[in-house]
Amino acid sequence: MGKYILKRLIAMIPTLLGAAVLVFFLLRLAPGDICEVRLLGTGATVAQEQIDICRESLGLDKPQIAQFFDFVWGYFIFDLGTSMWTGQPVTHEIAIRFELSLQLAVMATIVATIIAIPLGIISAVKQNTLIDYFVRGFAIAGIAIPSFWLGLMIILGLLVFSQAWFGEPWMPPIMFKSIWEDPAHNLSQLMWPAVATGYRYSAVAARMTRSAMLEVLREDYVRTARAKGMVEKIVINRHALKNALLPVVTILALEFAFLMGGLVVTEQVFNLNGLGNLMVDGVEHHDFTMTQNLVMLVVIVFVITNLITDLAYAWLDPRIRYS
Amino acid sequence: MSKYARFALALAVGTGLAMGATGPAKAETPKKGGTLSYIVAAEAPSYDLHKESTFAAVHPIRPFYSLLIRVNPENPQSPTDFQCDICVGEVPKPTDGGKTYTFKIKKGVKFHDGQVMTAHDVVATYNKIAFPPEGVASVRKAFFKMLDSVTAPDDETVVFKLKFATGSFLPVLANPMSPIYSAKDLKEHGYDWHEKNVNGTGAFKFKEAVAGSHVDGVKFEDFHMQGKPYLDGFRALISRKMAIRVQAIRGDRAAIEFRGFPPKQRDDLVKALGKDITVQESDWNCVLLYTPNHGRPIMQDPRVRQALTLAVDRWGGSQHLSRIAIVKTVGGVGFPGHPLSATKAELVPLKGYGTDLKAAREEAKKLLAEAGKSDLKFELMNRGTDQPYKIVGTWLIGQWRQIGLEVTQRVEPTKTFYNELRNTKNFDVSLDFNCQSVVNPLVDTSKFIGSAGNNYANMKGQDQQLEEVYEQMLQAPEEAKQRELMRVMEKRALSDQAHMGVTLWWYKINPHRSYVKGWKIAPSHYLNQSLDQVWLDK
Amino acid sequence: MVTVSEIQTEAQFEEVAPKKPWSQVALELCRKQPLGVFGLAIVFVMIIAAILAEVVSPNDPLQEHFDAMLAAPSAEYLLGTDEFGRDILTRLIYGSRTALLVGFVCAIVGATGGLVLGVASAYFGGLFDLILQRILDVFMAFPLIILALAVVATLGPGIENVMIAIILPFIPQCARVVRSNALAIREIPYVDAARALGFSDARIILRHMVPNVMAPYLIMLTTFLGQAILLEASLSFLGLGVQDPTPAWGLMLSNASEFFEGAPWVAVYPGVAISLSVFGFNLFGDSVRDVLDPKMRSR
Repeated sequence: MGKYILKRLIAMIPTLLGAAVLVFFLLRLAPGDICEVRLLGTGATVAQEQIDICRESLGLDKPQIAQFFDFVWGYFIFDLGTSMWTGQPVTHEIAIRFELSLQLAVMATIVATIIAIPLGIISAVKQNTLIDYFVRGFAIAGIAIPSFWLGLMIILGLLVFSQAWFGEPWMPPIMFKSIWEDPAHNLSQLMWPAVATGYRYSAVAARMTRSAMLEVLREDYVRTARAKGMVEKIVINRHALKNALLPVVTILALEFAFLMGGLVVTEQVFNLNGLGNLMVDGVEHHDFTMTQNLVMLVVIVFVITNLITDLAYAWLDPRIRYS
Repeated sequence: MSKYARFALALAVGTGLAMGATGPAKAETPKKGGTLSYIVAAEAPSYDLHKESTFAAVHPIRPFYSLLIRVNPENPQSPTDFQCDICVGEVPKPTDGGKTYTFKIKKGVKFHDGQVMTAHDVVATYNKIAFPPEGVASVRKAFFKMLDSVTAPDDETVVFKLKFATGSFLPVLANPMSPIYSAKDLKEHGYDWHEKNVNGTGAFKFKEAVAGSHVDGVKFEDFHMQGKPYLDGFRALISRKMAIRVQAIRGDRAAIEFRGFPPKQRDDLVKALGKDITVQESDWNCVLLYTPNHGRPIMQDPRVRQALTLAVDRWGGSQHLSRIAIVKTVGGVGFPGHPLSATKAELVPLKGYGTDLKAAREEAKKLLAEAGKSDLKFELMNRGTDQPYKIVGTWLIGQWRQIGLEVTQRVEPTKTFYNELRNTKNFDVSLDFNCQSVVNPLVDTSKFIGSAGNNYANMKGQDQQLEEVYEQMLQAPEEAKQRELMRVMEKRALSDQAHMGVTLWWYKINPHRSYVKGWKIAPSHYLNQSLDQVWLDK
Repeated sequence: MVTVSEIQTEAQFEEVAPKKPWSQVALELCRKQPLGVFGLAIVFVMIIAAILAEVVSPNDPLQEHFDAMLAAPSAEYLLGTDEFGRDILTRLIYGSRTALLVGFVCAIVGATGGLVLGVASAYFGGLFDLILQRILDVFMAFPLIILALAVVATLGPGIENVMIAIILPFIPQCARVVRSNALAIREIPYVDAARALGFSDARIILRHMVPNVMAPYLIMLTTFLGQAILLEASLSFLGLGVQDPTPAWGLMLSNASEFFEGAPWVAVYPGVAISLSVFGFNLFGDSVRDVLDPKMRSR
């Protein structure tokens, strides 16, 4: 097992390096940079000298290879540099937004798990019945409906109905407060995006639960248990569910990793100051240091999540290790 | 109809400053206390206004600072009504044939950290802006090219000596991006310190800022204006989406947004909230242009450029486009509210400003046919910002479709947009804009001159006559002559040569919660943001 | 020859669903996959709308009506008008062209690119396989939307660039699945037999390997259809997609985000159109998966 882990860890290095090369040069492919965005905002005349000063102060005048080296080296000395837009350390900018993104991911996961697992099981057990069709339809709709659109509809609905019913239009708060500081404020802000993203998430998880359950239900030992006359409920709970859980947990983990950095559109809709929004800002401002590091961090989380789930599989199923 | 009646009422309740009327009939006694929440559409790159050019830095940061002189908060519509902020008495008249300005500085003005401000701080500030040491950024250095020196003979006097007399000096001094910094801070902490730190003499002290979320300020007890500010503090909330900004005011998460909403959003808010919303409106010192690239063969023929401008229905656009975009006013090269700018009667004879749209479009087709370009196809480059760029771009394409032109829209991210405009010149026609703070048409109209740094028509050296007219106008001593020359320039730039096309001037609409009092709309979203006179009627 | 094809049939039996005539597959679909048929019907309606847009739309998609801006749904404008007074129903109908274009081009190019790389990687193996797999790893390490966002931020908005941004992450996904299937086939003796008989690489790949990975290929392709439309909508919502005046759903939704407060129809209908079409493609795709490969895990 140790050897296998080591092998997998080493295999991560070229992936991460490749991702770094890709994101670094992708961002710099088109000409122009943040200095023009910053200084020409009003359409006024700005001397080239001012733009050069700005470039120099941000290190954009250095050769790209040197900039790339700085970028990669930053991961070895734990210094990701400073944002070109705010001048604050990248790690500081991320730290500010981390709590919101984490909490939202946790809440969405809870929503998803509560909905997905029971639905997935019912659907599998009652395969090809009306219930199954309904659940599958619900799940596929969840994947089809854009979360950001659902978010828009939720806000619109809240404003319209609160005014119709209570006289005053109400919308969720637009400024984040920590759950430890003001739980009511916090939850009334985050529950709506949690529902909007949780629906899609639960749809993905419900489909996985269903197919994993179906697969397990076909296995010999479940058939044997049934043949031995065990009560259906016990068969499902004790034998089938336990074995079907691994792929479900995998998909939950991957989605969780995605939620941490990938909510680029939904966060816009709810005005959430999370990591996805930071990414969009970074892209819009052409803030190279911010964007490249943020993308890299998402990639790292993604790769590590993948690794952990693979290791879990390998641990449970020794055949994988030797293949 | 009732919707419009209600809306008209709300407008009437608002100040109606745009029409040049006086403010509310009777000044109410300001109430003290409360925190003003307002929305800012973007995040400021840094706190150093000397280095930034975006309103997103002005709105949250300006309340922390004072200026030497400022636009009068009670009369922000006037382009010439300046008042002393940290100087004493009236804004001084120049001496020495208009070449010397002497300011007396208020005594005992304190910085937030307790330092006492003197004339030397003002000198250090303007030296930083106008004569920065090598390698130090100062975006508006070029604004001060008339300035020869700034000195402080004693602690309470500042003397500006100019190289030549010009009416554009005071507007430049009143620019809100030139807050007074402490000489000691600059000396001890260096020229970058203000990017991340705030130490001003403004009405509010910096409390906290969470990147991407908000900036908080609290009342500065030692503020140099007696009895002010009225507010206990403010909170500037960042929100990138227009929808959220509108909803935030509707749901009372914020009371006001200082940049501006399109009329549709104003109507929705008024409809939803009735008298709880007050609307203030004003002409806006920003203009959207389209700029044909003179380097492209298809755009070199003045007839083609004239056809482009003839196709645009400005008076109609002023009616309908103004319902969905933040543009409205038909104008020439100068800010429509200003005495130097053209009246409607002066505009109508220009190509593209006539009142007979059908005839104009026939003429456009004829000109295209003469030029042999009837089936012209080209690309409109635009900036990836919804309001008002993309909306006006889409509208323009629709206008050009009316004379048989097939135009596609290429939207570029901001950096590529500027890079194409300034360096690569890789576009047929581009949307372009000019947006300034203190209204100063003599300087602002340089946009239309080929040699100007912010002229992107790629026409450097192509129209010497236009350059000469502009130079004459700059040096003309009295207003009447300036005005006359501006007309000559306007006719040449927009009609005879049609070098660039003015679409519509922006129109600023600020619907806000009616409990916000004491804030008057200015013709620029950069102006009148010190917030010391704002109070809440709750 | 005879022996080879016999083995081939046997091999197929092992790895993928038995080959059936297409008519029979269709029948089976109807009987066993009512959801899939429902999805197919939605897709079919969409295709008809796209083809007959000129005939079925009540209006000109580019015609602005400045006297009816943001008009509510009425007899004249069934689903209302947008901020330029353009008929929303007409723009939705024309918009299905953009959606289908993006959906099919991205799915077909993405899946086929994956097929080529996957099969080549499995067949040639060795260093080529190793390097290619590492490169694919890099692309797979990005969440879909993040990679697409980075690509389109660099190339600039516009329909071609959006399609490139969507195709790029699709290729490795499909290549990975195709490769693992193709590897299994490669191990089977008939490929060696074919080699021994002196067949060229091209012939072996085209005649023997490609047909055997058609099932995963088609499954990936149908999955991509809906995903591409959804991704395009997301990128367009951020203002990075198709640009006005071209009618496109994501763009309509993006423009709507400024106006939907007072005129909900501008946001509701394009959202419904996106959801419904992706729903249709996904239902269909799911059933294709069930029919072609009951064992393959559905995600």
